[in-house]
Amino acid sequence: MPIQYYIYLCLALFSIGIVGVLTRRNAIIVFMCIELMLNAVNLLLVAFSKVHNTMALAGDKTSMAGIEAQLFVFFIMVVAAAEVSVGLAIIVMMYRNVHSVDINFLNRLKN
Amino acid sequence: MNAIIVSALLGVVMMFSGIFTTNKTIIKNIATVGMLVLLAANLMEMNNLFSFDINTHDLIVTQRYGLFFNCIAYGATFIYLVLSGNDITEVGVNVAEYFALIFFVLCGVAILSSFNGLLMLFIGVEILSIPLYILTGSDKRNLKSNEASLKYFLMGSFSTGIMLMGIALMYGATGNFGMVHGAGLRGVVTASQQPPYLLVAGVILLFAAMSFKVSAAPFHFWTPDVYDGAPSVFTSFMSTIVKAAGMLAFIRVFENQYTILGPTWHIIVDFAIVSTLLIGNITAVFQQSVKRMLAYSSIAQAGFMLFALYASNTEIAKEGILLYAAAYSLATISIFAVLIKLHDYTLDGFNGLAKKEPVLAFAATVSLLSLSGIPLTAGFFAKYYVLAGALQAGGALWLIIVAVLLAAVSVYYYFRVIQAMYFKEGDPQTLPITGGFKAALIAVAALIVLLGIWPSLLLSWLYF
Repeated sequence: MPIQYYIYLCLALFSIGIVGVLTRRNAIIVFMCIELMLNAVNLLLVAFSKVHNTMALAGDKTSMAGIEAQLFVFFIMVVAAAEVSVGLAIIVMMYRNVHSVDINFLNRLKN
Repeated sequence: MNAIIVSALLGVVMMFSGIFTTNKTIIKNIATVGMLVLLAANLMEMNNLFSFDINTHDLIVTQRYGLFFNCIAYGATFIYLVLSGNDITEVGVNVAEYFALIFFVLCGVAILSSFNGLLMLFIGVEILSIPLYILTGSDKRNLKSNEASLKYFLMGSFSTGIMLMGIALMYGATGNFGMVHGAGLRGVVTASQQPPYLLVAGVILLFAAMSFKVSAAPFHFWTPDVYDGAPSVFTSFMSTIVKAAGMLAFIRVFENQYTILGPTWHIIVDFAIVSTLLIGNITAVFQQSVKRMLAYSSIAQAGFMLFALYASNTEIAKEGILLYAAAYSLATISIFAVLIKLHDYTLDGFNGLAKKEPVLAFAATVSLLSLSGIPLTAGFFAKYYVLAGALQAGGALWLIIVAVLLAAVSVYYYFRVIQAMYFKEGDPQTLPITGGFKAALIAVAALIVLLGIWPSLLLSWLYF
């Protein structure tokens, strides 16, 4: 399968994430869209890893090129998990105080 | 390596200290001593006395420049703990955790001053940011603090997503994360031919995400709300040490990188500098709350720090960003230490402070003079060095003229606070102020003036 398909899929997922963050008003859904963005990046990294590996294999049968992108994916997963734990705690704290997770509440700070 | 390991360990120590004692003073003292230990560990590595040696496969490369930046950041944090340590213990009940999170942030600072390659950049930025989301929301009952925390978190992780996309695209174009020994990102691009589209798109996304982290326009919109909503003690920390570390990472990652973008790079950076300076300075003029004014002023100061990015290939700009980090951190920490002691954060709350608390008013005046860049204070030479660097890099005379004009605008809003303290009548309510606090404030003011007369005191240390 050509690499372009993967790049288009990842960019589509990433764009869906961005549009979701910009348009949705529910903090949890905004948060899910952010996770979608991160996972689009993960998929893209794995696809690029395969590309670079295939290119390197043409010259050297034992090449390990491209493995660092797969390592990067694990780091992104770990950091995303840390972010989820902090983020959900913040959303719960917010919910306790205002009984809503609507981010329109955030506009009050401007005044 | 010392700084990374010791700061992470101290963070764990602080968390455990919360189990064994609930005495706020003891916890604060442990943190202050720990800070000195961290500073000493970093100094030992800087002078080749002792350092943990770990093979990181060139993911982390410690250089004297980065270690020196660590010293400035840790020194500033020590001063911050001395001045505002008592106020940290008043924010909430989980005192030990606040200090632990501060140490974790410092671990991020150490990674950002020594990363080599985009993987460690990402890890460093996240270690720096995630504890800050918590610190911003640490005043759990206060709705403003909650909102600031949620806003900071959502926008911060959004920008992380953008940054990762940029990194992934750059990887796709080049096949590595720039992990060439000591070369930063320079190893990524080999030939000078037309760069691939993926690389250009990736670099621009990375630039946008890093601008967000240092609150440079047009990605500054979170700054005033978050700095205003967060507990004042933590605003002081966020707007000084953390911002300086973000700026250093920004400069290191783009050092000598702009060649791949050609003329487009100058358009992007010029736009970022001018819009940051304009938005920061002009909006700050209209603020009635001093805390919010300082938030906008921190955007304006980020504009000046971006000049070091503009000229990142000159020596003087590299020295300038160190001096800027020191001068800006000292001044802002001291003005926030005064602000926290007041009940009323509006401009009127400062009325007549000079009569009631002359020492506080004096320290605040010296800090404000330094922030506006008046000669004989550290801020003057900080601004001079970064602007001289931009001049040396060439072709930016109009940019420097704009910067100087807007620095003149900044004098207006800083001096309004001085005017309120000295020339207006009022009876400001303050929290109880100890003699030790006053002495520390005077010492910081003296340090600001000393750096303003003799900046080489700090910078000559870089080369020995």
